[in-house]
Amino acid sequence: MMRQDRTLRGAAAIVGVADDVSPTGELERTGRALEVAMVQNALDDAGLTLSDVDGVCHADSSMGFAEYLGVHPRFTDSTMTGGSSYEVHLEHGAAAIAAGLCDVVVSVYASTPRSDRTQKRRVDRRYPAGPNPMAEWEWPFGLRMPMGPYALAAARHMHQFGTTAAQLAQIAVSTRAWATLNPRARHQAPLTINEVLASPLQVSPLHLLDCCLVTDGAGAFVMTSADRARSLRRPPVYVLGAATCHDHMMITQMPDLTTTPGRISGANAFRVAGVEPAEVDVLMGYDSFTITALLHLEDLGFCPKGEGGPFVEDGKLGPGGALPMNTNGGGLSFTHPGMYGMFLITEAVRQLRGEGGARQVPGAEIAVAHGSGMVLSCMSTAVLGTEATL
Amino acid sequence: MPGPDDAHLKMRMEPPAGPDSGPFWEATRAGVLLVQWCTACDKGIFYPRSFCPVCGATDTLQWRPASGRATVYAASVEHKPAATGSTFSGGEPYVIALVDLEEGIRMMTNVVGCAPAEVHPGQAVEVTWEPLSDGRQLPLFIPLGAPEPS
Repeated sequence: MMRQDRTLRGAAAIVGVADDVSPTGELERTGRALEVAMVQNALDDAGLTLSDVDGVCHADSSMGFAEYLGVHPRFTDSTMTGGSSYEVHLEHGAAAIAAGLCDVVVSVYASTPRSDRTQKRRVDRRYPAGPNPMAEWEWPFGLRMPMGPYALAAARHMHQFGTTAAQLAQIAVSTRAWATLNPRARHQAPLTINEVLASPLQVSPLHLLDCCLVTDGAGAFVMTSADRARSLRRPPVYVLGAATCHDHMMITQMPDLTTTPGRISGANAFRVAGVEPAEVDVLMGYDSFTITALLHLEDLGFCPKGEGGPFVEDGKLGPGGALPMNTNGGGLSFTHPGMYGMFLITEAVRQLRGEGGARQVPGAEIAVAHGSGMVLSCMSTAVLGTEATL
Repeated sequence: MPGPDDAHLKMRMEPPAGPDSGPFWEATRAGVLLVQWCTACDKGIFYPRSFCPVCGATDTLQWRPASGRATVYAASVEHKPAATGSTFSGGEPYVIALVDLEEGIRMMTNVVGCAPAEVHPGQAVEVTWEPLSDGRQLPLFIPLGAPEPS
């Protein structure tokens, strides 16, 4: 059934963002201290304080985090859909504000996998409780997580549509070109297709440089109603549309390895927003791997299914190109602490506020933050716009 | 290169039996590949469940022997086995594939019995069995008509 309700459009806005990354890939703060700093920075960005917060989102436990914050929220959301969790929080937060459940929602993320390793910190990496079909039906075959499932998707796309390793590599190259303009990016040296293809094969057909980074990183965003947003410190970035869809959790259960549920979330988010893909100025499309970003281009309707390879070949995703994608340098070159979706939002907001510095896309009015969680499992699409787009 | 006596190099993560897949794993002891079947939908169900996720029925489920023949849907090669913690290949690259059984269900497996680079979508394969430590066996696949791996 098609989603007809358009009440979400323009009801809520992102009014504050914060993030913390380092070119070293490591941060000094960790855990709750890092999360609290992100919330405080995002609230300060907005001109709000903790006492204004009555909605809390956290992909582990919103209850635990709210308790630590000392906040007693009226709206709570512990949705965990992997890397797309923060787009889902954005969608749920906007809906809650539109429905009058709460006024000010924060979502926060912090993860320090790189320094956990170098500092030999003990980290509890639990999988979801209950029966785990992946352990039964996938892991015994030596499936590397999360790389293995994406390799299978890339292999199938190549077989079905003739997509080449060089076309996938072009995505890494264009994304790196953006990172050269971002002094906070982990990797800032220009990259060539040959360098990507010469990097070691991990799970074929994916090379090392087709794969995202492993870095520390943290971020937060604050949302409130459109009315309240106009009185705050920064230009509001309005939620024009948002939608989510998942069609599997483990790759064996994905109906078609060349088509993600982003086809559903994207179409629904664009419909709510009243926006066409051609109107998008900045695309923040989750790039856990080059194939991930390529599938987004097709499933969101920027090019027909199967034509993602030829579509990216001219470098249109890079600086000065027709479709600026992942302008911060993406998960491939900026940061990737594990659940990268938070940084899609912080960068989209900065672009729409004109705060992009050397990487600013001139006149950006509409941005899309498209999160991908687990193994192409849960897609969540947010269409964001400036005041002029309302 | 590992020799035939390096049994420890064959180690795999052994699959825990899920709440609804007991008959599947028991049958593997005799080298029988079972597919859970909904007689109302006349369709296979994978992975095994307590109900049919298509029609919702709980009283139409049965187990049927599969032909053991399948077609490769997608295949990739793990080039850094050490990164997975798996040592069953003795450190050599190995194939991870999704295969479509003739009965219409899709499973993950390793395709063995040929060079990794030879495995490709559309390839006809058939089941072969690798013993697990508790007498159950893991279904692997080999190119159709290829000799059983030693």
